[in-house]
Amino acid sequence: MSDLSIGQQQYLLQHRKHKRIVRISRILILLSFLFIWEFTANVGIIDSFIFSSPSKIALCFWGMVLDQSIFLHIGITLYETIVSFLLVIAISILVAVALWFSSKLSEILDPYLVVLNSLPKSALAPLLIVWLGATKTTIIVAGMSVAIFGSILSLYTSFTTVDPGKIKLIYTLGGTRFHALIKVVIPSSIPAIISNMKVNIGLCLVGVIIGEFLAAREGLGYLIIYSSQVFKMDWLLMSICLLCIMAMTLYAFINALEKWCSKRF
Amino acid sequence: MEQVLELKHIHYAYHTLEGETPTLTDISFALNKGEFVSIVGPSGCGKSTLLSLIAGLITPEKGLIKINGKYLRESTTNVGYMLQHDELFEWRTIYNNVILGLEVQHMLTARTRQRAHELLDLYGLKQFESSRPSELSGGMRQRAALIRTLVLEPDLLLLDEPFSALDYQTRLNVGDDIGQIIRQENKSALLVTHDLSEAISLADRVIILTGRPASIKQTIPLIFNLESDTPLNRRNAPEFKTYFNLIWKELNTNE
Repeated sequence: MSDLSIGQQQYLLQHRKHKRIVRISRILILLSFLFIWEFTANVGIIDSFIFSSPSKIALCFWGMVLDQSIFLHIGITLYETIVSFLLVIAISILVAVALWFSSKLSEILDPYLVVLNSLPKSALAPLLIVWLGATKTTIIVAGMSVAIFGSILSLYTSFTTVDPGKIKLIYTLGGTRFHALIKVVIPSSIPAIISNMKVNIGLCLVGVIIGEFLAAREGLGYLIIYSSQVFKMDWLLMSICLLCIMAMTLYAFINALEKWCSKRF
Repeated sequence: MEQVLELKHIHYAYHTLEGETPTLTDISFALNKGEFVSIVGPSGCGKSTLLSLIAGLITPEKGLIKINGKYLRESTTNVGYMLQHDELFEWRTIYNNVILGLEVQHMLTARTRQRAHELLDLYGLKQFESSRPSELSGGMRQRAALIRTLVLEPDLLLLDEPFSALDYQTRLNVGDDIGQIIRQENKSALLVTHDLSEAISLADRVIILTGRPASIKQTIPLIFNLESDTPLNRRNAPEFKTYFNLIWKELNTNE
Protein backbone atom coordinates (compact mmCIF):
# COMPACT_ATOMS: atom_id res chain seq x y z
CA MET A 1 0.00 0.00 0.00
CA SER A 2 2.94 2.32 0.68
CA ASP A 3 3.80 2.69 -3.02
CA LEU A 4 0.50 4.45 -3.79
CA SER A 5 0.85 8.08 -4.80
CA ILE A 6 -0.62 10.78 -2.57
CA GLY A 7 -3.28 11.55 -5.18
CA GLN A 8 -4.39 7.92 -5.29
CA GLN A 9 -4.42 7.66 -1.51
CA GLN A 10 -6.57 10.73 -1.28
CA TYR A 11 -8.94 9.39 -3.89
CA LEU A 12 -9.28 6.09 -1.98
CA LEU A 13 -9.84 8.00 1.25
CA GLN A 14 -12.58 10.08 -0.37
CA HIS A 15 -14.18 6.97 -1.75
CA ARG A 16 -14.18 5.21 1.61
CA LYS A 17 -15.61 8.31 3.26
CA HIS A 18 -18.41 8.45 0.71
CA LYS A 19 -19.22 4.77 1.25
CA ARG A 20 -19.26 5.25 5.01
CA ILE A 21 -21.66 8.21 4.78
CA VAL A 22 -24.04 6.20 2.61
CA ARG A 23 -23.98 3.21 4.97
CA ILE A 24 -24.43 5.24 8.15
CA SER A 25 -27.25 7.31 6.62
CA ARG A 26 -29.11 4.18 5.61
CA ILE A 27 -28.90 2.74 9.12
CA LEU A 28 -29.84 6.08 10.68
CA ILE A 29 -32.98 6.35 8.58
CA LEU A 30 -34.12 2.89 9.69
CA LEU A 31 -33.28 3.48 13.34
CA SER A 32 -34.92 6.91 13.49
CA PHE A 33 -38.00 5.55 11.76
CA LEU A 34 -38.26 2.74 14.32
CA PHE A 35 -37.57 5.14 17.17
CA ILE A 36 -40.20 7.69 16.11
CA TRP A 37 -42.73 4.92 15.59
CA GLU A 38 -42.02 3.39 18.99
CA PHE A 39 -41.93 6.77 20.73
CA THR A 40 -45.14 8.18 19.22
CA ALA A 41 -46.97 4.94 19.91
CA ASN A 42 -45.81 4.91 23.53
CA VAL A 43 -46.73 8.53 24.34
CA GLY A 44 -50.03 8.11 22.54
CA ILE A 45 -49.55 10.43 19.52
CA ILE A 46 -50.56 7.55 17.29
CA ASP A 47 -52.95 4.81 18.32
CA SER A 48 -50.86 1.72 18.99
CA PHE A 49 -53.94 -0.47 18.50
CA ILE A 50 -54.10 0.56 14.85
CA PHE A 51 -50.46 1.35 14.12
CA SER A 52 -48.86 -1.17 16.47
CA SER A 53 -45.24 -0.47 17.44
CA PRO A 54 -41.83 -2.00 16.80
CA SER A 55 -41.63 -3.51 20.28
CA LYS A 56 -45.10 -5.08 19.98
CA ILE A 57 -44.17 -6.50 16.58
CA ALA A 58 -40.96 -7.93 17.99
CA LEU A 59 -42.78 -9.48 20.95
CA CYS A 60 -45.42 -10.93 18.68
CA PHE A 61 -42.70 -12.39 16.45
CA TRP A 62 -40.92 -13.89 19.47
CA GLY A 63 -44.16 -15.43 20.68
CA MET A 64 -44.69 -17.08 17.32
CA VAL A 65 -41.09 -18.25 17.26
CA LEU A 66 -41.65 -19.91 20.64
CA ASP A 67 -44.75 -21.79 19.50
CA GLN A 68 -42.99 -22.35 16.15
CA SER A 69 -46.04 -21.36 14.11
CA ILE A 70 -44.15 -18.59 12.33
CA PHE A 71 -41.77 -21.05 10.68
CA LEU A 72 -44.70 -22.83 9.09
CA HIS A 73 -46.03 -19.59 7.59
CA ILE A 74 -42.64 -18.36 6.37
CA GLY A 75 -41.74 -21.81 5.06
CA ILE A 76 -44.95 -22.20 3.09
CA THR A 77 -44.71 -18.78 1.45
CA LEU A 78 -41.04 -19.27 0.68
CA TYR A 79 -41.66 -22.72 -0.76
CA GLU A 80 -44.50 -21.52 -2.98
CA THR A 81 -42.51 -18.53 -4.17
CA ILE A 82 -39.42 -20.54 -5.02
CA VAL A 83 -41.34 -23.29 -6.80
CA SER A 84 -43.29 -20.80 -8.90
CA PHE A 85 -40.12 -18.83 -9.60
CA LEU A 86 -38.21 -21.90 -10.81
CA LEU A 87 -41.14 -22.98 -12.96
CA VAL A 88 -41.44 -19.49 -14.45
CA ILE A 89 -37.74 -19.42 -15.33
CA ALA A 90 -37.76 -22.92 -16.85
CA ILE A 91 -40.98 -22.48 -18.82
CA SER A 92 -40.19 -18.99 -20.07
CA ILE A 93 -36.75 -20.04 -21.31
CA LEU A 94 -38.27 -23.02 -23.11
CA VAL A 95 -41.04 -20.96 -24.69
CA ALA A 96 -38.68 -18.14 -25.66
CA VAL A 97 -36.38 -20.69 -27.31
CA ALA A 98 -39.32 -22.14 -29.24
CA LEU A 99 -40.38 -18.66 -30.35
CA TRP A 100 -36.81 -17.85 -31.39
CA PHE A 101 -36.59 -21.05 -33.41
CA SER A 102 -39.71 -20.32 -35.36
CA SER A 103 -40.32 -16.71 -36.33
CA LYS A 104 -43.62 -17.87 -37.77
CA LEU A 105 -44.74 -19.19 -34.39
CA SER A 106 -43.70 -15.99 -32.64
CA GLU A 107 -45.56 -13.86 -35.16
CA ILE A 108 -48.67 -15.99 -34.75
CA LEU A 109 -48.59 -15.95 -30.95
CA ASP A 110 -47.55 -12.33 -30.51
CA PRO A 111 -51.02 -10.78 -29.93
CA TYR A 112 -51.95 -13.52 -27.44
CA LEU A 113 -48.81 -12.97 -25.41
CA VAL A 114 -49.31 -9.22 -25.40
CA VAL A 115 -52.92 -9.56 -24.20
CA LEU A 116 -52.06 -12.12 -21.52
CA ASN A 117 -49.16 -9.98 -20.36
CA SER A 118 -51.26 -6.84 -19.92
CA LEU A 119 -54.16 -8.68 -18.25
CA PRO A 120 -54.31 -7.95 -14.50
CA LYS A 121 -53.37 -11.36 -13.18
CA SER A 122 -55.17 -10.97 -9.85
CA ALA A 123 -58.36 -11.31 -11.91
CA LEU A 124 -57.33 -14.88 -12.67
CA ALA A 125 -56.91 -15.92 -9.04
CA PRO A 126 -60.64 -16.59 -8.29
CA LEU A 127 -60.82 -18.59 -11.52
CA LEU A 128 -57.84 -20.67 -10.48
CA ILE A 129 -59.47 -21.43 -7.14
CA VAL A 130 -62.57 -22.76 -8.87
CA TRP A 131 -60.52 -24.82 -11.30
CA LEU A 132 -57.79 -26.13 -9.04
CA GLY A 133 -59.30 -25.83 -5.56
CA ALA A 134 -57.87 -24.02 -2.55
CA THR A 135 -54.56 -25.84 -2.62
CA LYS A 136 -50.88 -25.05 -2.82
CA THR A 137 -51.00 -25.76 -6.57
CA THR A 138 -53.44 -22.88 -7.01
CA ILE A 139 -51.13 -20.53 -5.18
CA ILE A 140 -48.08 -21.64 -7.14
CA VAL A 141 -49.98 -21.19 -10.41
CA ALA A 142 -51.15 -17.77 -9.22
CA GLY A 143 -47.54 -16.84 -8.52
CA MET A 144 -46.49 -18.03 -11.96
CA SER A 145 -49.33 -16.25 -13.74
CA VAL A 146 -48.09 -12.87 -12.59
CA ALA A 147 -44.58 -13.32 -13.93
CA ILE A 148 -44.61 -15.74 -16.82
CA PHE A 149 -45.91 -13.77 -19.78
CA GLY A 150 -43.71 -10.76 -19.19
CA SER A 151 -40.80 -13.09 -18.66
CA ILE A 152 -41.37 -14.85 -21.99
CA LEU A 153 -41.66 -11.55 -23.84
CA SER A 154 -38.54 -10.03 -22.34
CA LEU A 155 -36.46 -13.19 -22.86
CA TYR A 156 -37.63 -13.52 -26.44
CA THR A 157 -36.74 -9.89 -27.08
CA SER A 158 -33.26 -10.39 -25.69
CA PHE A 159 -32.83 -13.54 -27.80
CA THR A 160 -33.74 -11.69 -30.98
CA THR A 161 -31.40 -8.78 -30.30
CA VAL A 162 -28.28 -10.97 -30.21
CA ASP A 163 -25.57 -9.62 -32.54
CA PRO A 164 -26.43 -10.98 -36.03
CA GLY A 165 -22.72 -11.02 -36.92
CA LYS A 166 -22.08 -13.66 -34.26
CA ILE A 167 -24.92 -15.79 -35.58
CA LYS A 168 -23.58 -15.40 -39.11
CA LEU A 169 -20.21 -16.57 -37.80
CA ILE A 170 -21.79 -19.83 -36.61
CA TYR A 171 -23.27 -20.40 -40.04
CA THR A 172 -19.95 -19.65 -41.75
CA LEU A 173 -18.33 -22.25 -39.49
CA GLY A 174 -20.84 -24.77 -40.78
CA GLY A 175 -23.16 -24.64 -37.77
CA THR A 176 -26.93 -25.00 -37.67
CA ARG A 177 -29.59 -22.88 -36.01
CA PHE A 178 -29.31 -25.17 -32.99
CA HIS A 179 -25.61 -24.35 -32.70
CA ALA A 180 -26.43 -20.66 -32.99
CA LEU A 181 -28.78 -21.14 -30.04
CA ILE A 182 -26.44 -22.97 -27.69
CA LYS A 183 -23.17 -21.31 -28.70
CA VAL A 184 -24.34 -17.73 -29.16
CA VAL A 185 -27.89 -16.91 -28.15
CA ILE A 186 -27.98 -18.54 -24.71
CA PRO A 187 -24.48 -17.50 -23.53
CA SER A 188 -24.89 -13.92 -24.68
CA SER A 189 -28.33 -13.74 -23.05
CA ILE A 190 -27.11 -14.81 -19.61
CA PRO A 191 -27.11 -11.22 -18.28
CA ALA A 192 -30.62 -10.72 -19.64
CA ILE A 193 -31.78 -14.00 -18.08
CA ILE A 194 -30.44 -12.95 -14.71
CA SER A 195 -31.97 -9.48 -14.77
CA ASN A 196 -35.17 -11.22 -15.80
CA MET A 197 -34.82 -13.43 -12.70
CA LYS A 198 -34.47 -10.35 -10.52
CA VAL A 199 -37.81 -9.03 -11.76
CA ASN A 200 -39.51 -12.42 -11.59
CA ILE A 201 -38.62 -13.30 -8.02
CA GLY A 202 -40.46 -10.16 -6.87
CA LEU A 203 -43.40 -10.78 -9.15
CA CYS A 204 -43.75 -14.41 -8.01
CA LEU A 205 -43.88 -13.24 -4.43
CA VAL A 206 -46.65 -10.79 -5.38
CA GLY A 207 -48.58 -13.58 -7.09
CA VAL A 208 -48.13 -15.99 -4.21
CA ILE A 209 -49.41 -13.40 -1.70
CA ILE A 210 -52.45 -12.71 -3.90
CA GLY A 211 -53.08 -16.44 -4.04
CA GLU A 212 -52.71 -16.79 -0.29
CA PHE A 213 -55.13 -13.91 0.30
CA LEU A 214 -57.80 -15.88 -1.45
CA ALA A 215 -57.13 -19.52 -0.94
CA ALA A 216 -54.80 -20.44 1.90
CA ARG A 217 -54.85 -21.66 5.46
CA GLU A 218 -51.19 -20.94 6.08
CA GLY A 219 -48.50 -18.62 4.77
CA LEU A 220 -47.74 -14.95 5.27
CA GLY A 221 -50.47 -13.83 2.86
CA TYR A 222 -53.01 -15.82 4.86
CA LEU A 223 -51.63 -14.30 8.08
CA ILE A 224 -52.10 -10.78 6.68
CA ILE A 225 -55.70 -11.38 5.61
CA TYR A 226 -56.61 -13.25 8.79
CA SER A 227 -55.06 -10.66 11.11
CA SER A 228 -56.79 -7.79 9.31
CA GLN A 229 -60.11 -9.58 9.78
CA VAL A 230 -59.59 -10.12 13.49
CA PHE A 231 -57.86 -6.74 13.86
CA LYS A 232 -54.53 -8.06 15.12
CA MET A 233 -52.40 -5.28 13.75
CA ASP A 234 -49.24 -6.67 15.38
CA TRP A 235 -49.56 -9.79 13.28
CA LEU A 236 -50.32 -7.87 10.14
CA LEU A 237 -47.38 -5.49 10.39
CA MET A 238 -45.08 -8.30 11.46
CA SER A 239 -46.06 -10.26 8.35
CA ILE A 240 -45.34 -7.25 6.19
CA CYS A 241 -41.92 -6.82 7.82
CA LEU A 242 -41.18 -10.50 7.25
CA LEU A 243 -42.20 -10.14 3.60
CA CYS A 244 -39.77 -7.22 3.28
CA ILE A 245 -36.98 -9.34 4.69
CA MET A 246 -37.92 -12.31 2.51
CA ALA A 247 -37.98 -10.19 -0.65
CA MET A 248 -34.59 -8.72 0.25
CA THR A 249 -33.07 -12.12 0.94
CA LEU A 250 -34.33 -13.64 -2.31
CA TYR A 251 -33.07 -10.63 -4.23
CA ALA A 252 -29.70 -10.90 -2.52
CA PHE A 253 -29.44 -14.54 -3.61
CA ILE A 254 -29.95 -13.60 -7.23
CA ASN A 255 -27.47 -10.76 -6.88
CA ALA A 256 -24.91 -13.27 -5.63
CA LEU A 257 -25.73 -15.53 -8.59
CA GLU A 258 -25.20 -12.59 -10.93
CA LYS A 259 -21.82 -11.82 -9.40
CA TRP A 260 -20.80 -15.45 -9.78
CA CYS A 261 -21.96 -15.54 -13.41
CA SER A 262 -20.30 -12.28 -14.41
CA LYS A 263 -17.02 -13.77 -13.31
CA ARG A 264 -17.51 -16.74 -15.58
CA PHE A 265 -19.05 -15.08 -18.65
CA MET B 1 -4.20 -25.94 -63.05
CA GLU B 2 -6.56 -27.35 -60.46
CA GLN B 3 -9.60 -25.20 -59.87
CA VAL B 4 -10.71 -24.67 -56.30
CA LEU B 5 -13.69 -22.55 -57.14
CA GLU B 6 -15.75 -22.10 -60.23
CA LEU B 7 -18.70 -19.74 -60.68
CA LYS B 8 -20.86 -19.89 -63.79
CA HIS B 9 -23.47 -17.30 -64.75
CA ILE B 10 -24.51 -16.44 -61.23
CA HIS B 11 -27.61 -14.27 -60.80
CA TYR B 12 -28.98 -13.05 -57.51
CA ALA B 13 -31.66 -10.59 -56.39
CA TYR B 14 -32.97 -9.43 -53.02
CA HIS B 15 -36.70 -9.42 -52.54
CA THR B 16 -38.72 -7.10 -50.34
CA LEU B 17 -42.41 -6.15 -50.36
CA GLU B 18 -41.43 -2.92 -52.13
CA GLY B 19 -39.90 -4.88 -54.98
CA GLU B 20 -36.93 -6.70 -56.33
CA THR B 21 -33.33 -5.48 -56.21
CA PRO B 22 -31.16 -7.31 -58.72
CA THR B 23 -27.74 -7.57 -57.11
CA LEU B 24 -25.58 -9.85 -59.23
CA THR B 25 -25.93 -10.51 -62.95
CA ASP B 26 -24.04 -13.13 -64.85
CA ILE B 27 -20.95 -13.49 -62.68
CA SER B 28 -18.50 -16.12 -63.91
CA PHE B 29 -14.95 -16.67 -62.79
CA ALA B 30 -12.67 -19.37 -61.42
CA LEU B 31 -10.04 -19.56 -58.75
CA ASN B 32 -6.96 -21.77 -59.06
CA LYS B 33 -5.38 -23.65 -56.22
CA GLY B 34 -3.15 -21.43 -54.13
CA GLU B 35 -4.34 -18.30 -55.89
CA PHE B 36 -5.27 -15.07 -54.11
CA VAL B 37 -7.93 -13.00 -55.85
CA SER B 38 -9.30 -9.63 -54.79
CA ILE B 39 -12.71 -8.35 -55.75
CA VAL B 40 -13.24 -4.61 -55.81
CA GLY B 41 -16.27 -2.60 -56.76
CA PRO B 42 -18.36 0.41 -55.82
CA SER B 43 -19.81 0.21 -52.31
CA GLY B 44 -23.09 -1.64 -52.03
CA CYS B 45 -22.61 -3.40 -55.36
CA GLY B 46 -23.08 -6.87 -53.94
CA LYS B 47 -19.53 -7.95 -53.15
CA SER B 48 -20.47 -9.47 -49.81
CA THR B 49 -23.47 -11.17 -51.38
CA LEU B 50 -21.06 -12.96 -53.66
CA LEU B 51 -19.15 -14.35 -50.69
CA SER B 52 -22.36 -15.41 -48.93
CA LEU B 53 -23.30 -17.34 -52.09
CA ILE B 54 -19.95 -19.12 -52.23
CA ALA B 55 -20.14 -19.94 -48.51
CA GLY B 56 -23.56 -21.47 -49.10
CA LEU B 57 -25.35 -19.10 -46.73
CA ILE B 58 -27.72 -18.14 -49.55
CA THR B 59 -28.48 -19.87 -52.85
CA PRO B 60 -28.20 -18.19 -56.26
CA GLU B 61 -31.36 -17.71 -58.33
CA LYS B 62 -29.55 -18.85 -61.45
CA GLY B 63 -26.14 -20.28 -62.19
CA LEU B 64 -23.92 -22.81 -60.51
CA ILE B 65 -21.05 -22.84 -58.07
CA LYS B 66 -18.48 -25.63 -57.95
CA ILE B 67 -15.93 -26.13 -55.24
CA ASN B 68 -13.09 -28.55 -55.92
CA GLY B 69 -15.04 -29.73 -58.95
CA LYS B 70 -18.18 -30.60 -56.96
CA TYR B 71 -21.43 -28.70 -56.80
CA LEU B 72 -21.72 -26.56 -53.73
CA ARG B 73 -24.56 -28.61 -52.25
CA GLU B 74 -22.62 -31.87 -52.48
CA SER B 75 -19.27 -30.40 -51.59
CA THR B 76 -17.68 -31.50 -48.35
CA THR B 77 -14.80 -29.05 -48.67
CA ASN B 78 -14.51 -26.61 -45.86
CA VAL B 79 -14.84 -23.02 -46.95
CA GLY B 80 -13.36 -20.60 -44.42
CA TYR B 81 -15.09 -17.27 -44.06
CA MET B 82 -13.55 -14.27 -42.34
CA LEU B 83 -16.02 -11.58 -41.44
CA GLN B 84 -15.59 -7.83 -41.18
CA HIS B 85 -15.44 -8.02 -37.40
CA ASP B 86 -13.56 -10.74 -35.58
CA GLU B 87 -16.72 -11.81 -33.71
CA LEU B 88 -14.70 -13.41 -30.93
CA PHE B 89 -16.95 -14.40 -28.04
CA GLU B 90 -16.15 -12.55 -24.86
CA TRP B 91 -17.42 -15.42 -22.72
CA ARG B 92 -14.82 -17.79 -24.17
CA THR B 93 -11.05 -17.75 -23.89
CA ILE B 94 -8.97 -17.28 -27.04
CA TYR B 95 -8.30 -21.02 -27.25
CA ASN B 96 -11.99 -21.83 -26.83
CA ASN B 97 -12.83 -19.25 -29.48
CA VAL B 98 -10.36 -20.83 -31.86
CA ILE B 99 -11.90 -24.30 -31.48
CA LEU B 100 -15.48 -23.05 -31.90
CA GLY B 101 -15.64 -24.24 -35.51
CA LEU B 102 -14.29 -27.66 -34.51
CA GLU B 103 -16.95 -27.92 -31.80
CA VAL B 104 -19.71 -26.99 -34.20
CA GLN B 105 -18.56 -29.51 -36.82
CA HIS B 106 -17.90 -32.25 -34.24
CA MET B 107 -14.26 -32.40 -35.26
CA LEU B 108 -12.80 -31.94 -31.81
CA THR B 109 -10.16 -34.66 -31.52
CA ALA B 110 -6.74 -34.84 -29.89
CA ARG B 111 -5.20 -34.17 -33.28
CA THR B 112 -7.27 -31.07 -34.08
CA ARG B 113 -6.76 -29.69 -30.57
CA GLN B 114 -3.04 -30.17 -31.09
CA ARG B 115 -3.30 -28.34 -34.40
CA ALA B 116 -5.10 -25.43 -32.71
CA HIS B 117 -2.33 -25.16 -30.14
CA GLU B 118 0.31 -25.32 -32.89
CA LEU B 119 -1.30 -22.57 -34.93
CA LEU B 120 -1.67 -20.34 -31.86
CA ASP B 121 1.97 -20.95 -31.09
CA LEU B 122 3.10 -20.40 -34.67
CA TYR B 123 1.31 -17.07 -34.96
CA GLY B 124 2.38 -15.70 -31.61
CA LEU B 125 -0.77 -16.14 -29.54
CA LYS B 126 0.39 -18.97 -27.31
CA GLN B 127 0.65 -16.83 -24.21
CA PHE B 128 -2.89 -15.52 -24.79
CA GLU B 129 -4.56 -18.95 -25.06
CA SER B 130 -6.45 -18.49 -21.81
CA SER B 131 -6.98 -14.73 -22.17
CA ARG B 132 -10.31 -13.13 -22.95
CA PRO B 133 -10.65 -11.45 -26.37
CA SER B 134 -10.89 -8.00 -24.75
CA GLU B 135 -7.31 -8.37 -23.49
CA LEU B 136 -5.96 -8.57 -27.05
CA SER B 137 -5.19 -5.79 -29.53
CA GLY B 138 -7.25 -5.45 -32.71
CA GLY B 139 -4.54 -7.09 -34.79
CA MET B 140 -4.16 -10.06 -32.46
CA ARG B 141 -7.93 -10.51 -32.38
CA GLN B 142 -8.03 -10.62 -36.17
CA ARG B 143 -5.24 -13.21 -36.09
CA ALA B 144 -7.17 -15.32 -33.61
CA ALA B 145 -10.17 -15.08 -35.94
CA LEU B 146 -8.01 -16.28 -38.82
CA ILE B 147 -6.73 -19.23 -36.78
CA ARG B 148 -10.34 -20.09 -35.91
CA THR B 149 -10.89 -20.38 -39.67
CA LEU B 150 -7.61 -22.18 -40.41
CA VAL B 151 -8.04 -25.02 -37.88
CA LEU B 152 -10.93 -26.24 -40.00
CA GLU B 153 -8.35 -26.69 -42.78
CA PRO B 154 -10.34 -24.94 -45.48
CA ASP B 155 -9.19 -25.21 -49.09
CA LEU B 156 -10.72 -21.85 -49.81
CA LEU B 157 -10.74 -18.71 -47.69
CA LEU B 158 -13.31 -15.98 -48.15
CA LEU B 159 -12.30 -12.63 -46.69
CA ASP B 160 -15.05 -10.05 -46.34
CA GLU B 161 -13.20 -6.78 -45.72
CA PRO B 162 -11.58 -8.38 -42.69
CA PHE B 163 -9.37 -5.36 -41.96
CA SER B 164 -11.93 -2.60 -42.35
CA ALA B 165 -12.68 -2.37 -38.63
CA LEU B 166 -9.03 -1.68 -37.78
CA ASP B 167 -7.25 1.67 -37.65
CA TYR B 168 -4.97 2.51 -40.56
CA GLN B 169 -1.62 1.56 -39.08
CA THR B 170 -2.89 -1.72 -37.60
CA ARG B 171 -4.57 -2.38 -40.88
CA LEU B 172 -1.35 -2.24 -42.90
CA ASN B 173 0.40 -4.52 -40.43
CA VAL B 174 -2.47 -6.98 -40.10
CA GLY B 175 -2.99 -7.03 -43.85
CA ASP B 176 0.66 -7.87 -44.31
CA ASP B 177 0.54 -10.40 -41.51
CA ILE B 178 -2.63 -12.19 -42.59
CA GLY B 179 -1.58 -12.11 -46.23
CA GLN B 180 1.66 -13.89 -45.38
CA ILE B 181 -0.07 -16.44 -43.16
CA ILE B 182 -2.42 -17.31 -46.00
CA ARG B 183 0.52 -17.68 -48.43
CA GLN B 184 2.43 -19.73 -45.90
CA GLU B 185 -0.49 -22.11 -45.37
CA ASN B 186 -0.84 -22.26 -49.16
CA LYS B 187 -4.56 -21.46 -49.15
CA SER B 188 -6.62 -20.13 -51.99
CA ALA B 189 -8.31 -16.91 -51.02
CA LEU B 190 -10.96 -14.55 -52.26
CA LEU B 191 -10.81 -11.07 -50.73
CA VAL B 192 -13.63 -8.58 -51.00
CA THR B 193 -12.60 -5.00 -50.29
CA HIS B 194 -13.21 -1.40 -51.21
CA ASP B 195 -9.60 -0.51 -50.41
CA LEU B 196 -7.73 -0.64 -53.73
CA SER B 197 -4.24 -0.62 -52.22
CA GLU B 198 -5.21 -3.54 -50.00
CA ALA B 199 -6.51 -5.44 -53.02
CA ILE B 200 -3.32 -4.79 -54.99
CA SER B 201 -0.91 -5.52 -52.16
CA LEU B 202 -2.40 -8.93 -51.40
CA ALA B 203 -3.70 -10.51 -54.60
CA ASP B 204 -2.52 -12.30 -57.72
CA ARG B 205 -5.49 -11.00 -59.66
CA VAL B 206 -8.06 -8.24 -59.18
CA ILE B 207 -11.63 -8.61 -60.37
CA ILE B 208 -13.44 -5.30 -60.85
CA LEU B 209 -17.21 -5.28 -60.52
CA THR B 210 -19.65 -2.72 -61.92
CA GLY B 211 -22.22 -0.94 -59.79
CA ARG B 212 -25.45 -2.66 -58.83
CA PRO B 213 -26.52 -4.96 -60.35
CA ALA B 214 -22.93 -6.14 -60.35
CA SER B 215 -21.28 -7.89 -63.24
CA ILE B 216 -17.60 -8.40 -63.94
CA LYS B 217 -16.10 -5.38 -65.65
CA GLN B 218 -12.46 -6.39 -65.89
CA THR B 219 -9.97 -8.83 -64.52
CA ILE B 220 -6.46 -7.51 -64.00
CA PRO B 221 -3.60 -9.92 -63.27
CA LEU B 222 -0.96 -8.45 -60.97
CA ILE B 223 2.68 -9.21 -61.62
CA PHE B 224 5.37 -7.81 -59.37
CA ASN B 225 9.11 -8.19 -59.86
CA LEU B 226 10.05 -8.50 -56.25
CA GLU B 227 12.56 -10.70 -54.50
CA SER B 228 10.39 -11.04 -51.45
CA ASP B 229 6.83 -10.58 -52.53
CA THR B 230 5.14 -9.36 -49.34
CA PRO B 231 2.22 -6.95 -49.19
CA LEU B 232 4.36 -4.22 -47.60
CA ASN B 233 7.11 -4.57 -50.25
CA ARG B 234 4.49 -4.41 -52.96
CA ARG B 235 3.26 -1.08 -51.68
CA ASN B 236 6.71 0.38 -52.39
CA ALA B 237 7.16 -1.26 -55.80
CA PRO B 238 6.91 0.93 -58.94
CA GLU B 239 4.22 -1.33 -60.42
CA PHE B 240 1.95 -0.58 -57.48
CA LYS B 241 1.07 2.92 -58.67
CA THR B 242 0.47 1.75 -62.22
CA TYR B 243 -1.97 -0.92 -61.09
CA PHE B 244 -3.63 1.47 -58.67
CA ASN B 245 -4.26 4.04 -61.41
CA LEU B 246 -5.44 1.38 -63.82
CA ILE B 247 -8.01 -0.02 -61.37
CA TRP B 248 -9.02 3.43 -60.19
CA LYS B 249 -9.74 4.45 -63.80
CA GLU B 250 -11.71 1.27 -64.45
CA LEU B 251 -13.85 1.84 -61.36
CA ASN B 252 -14.60 5.42 -62.26
CA THR B 253 -15.50 5.06 -65.91
CA ASN B 254 -19.11 4.31 -66.68
CA GLU B 255 -19.68 2.56 -69.93
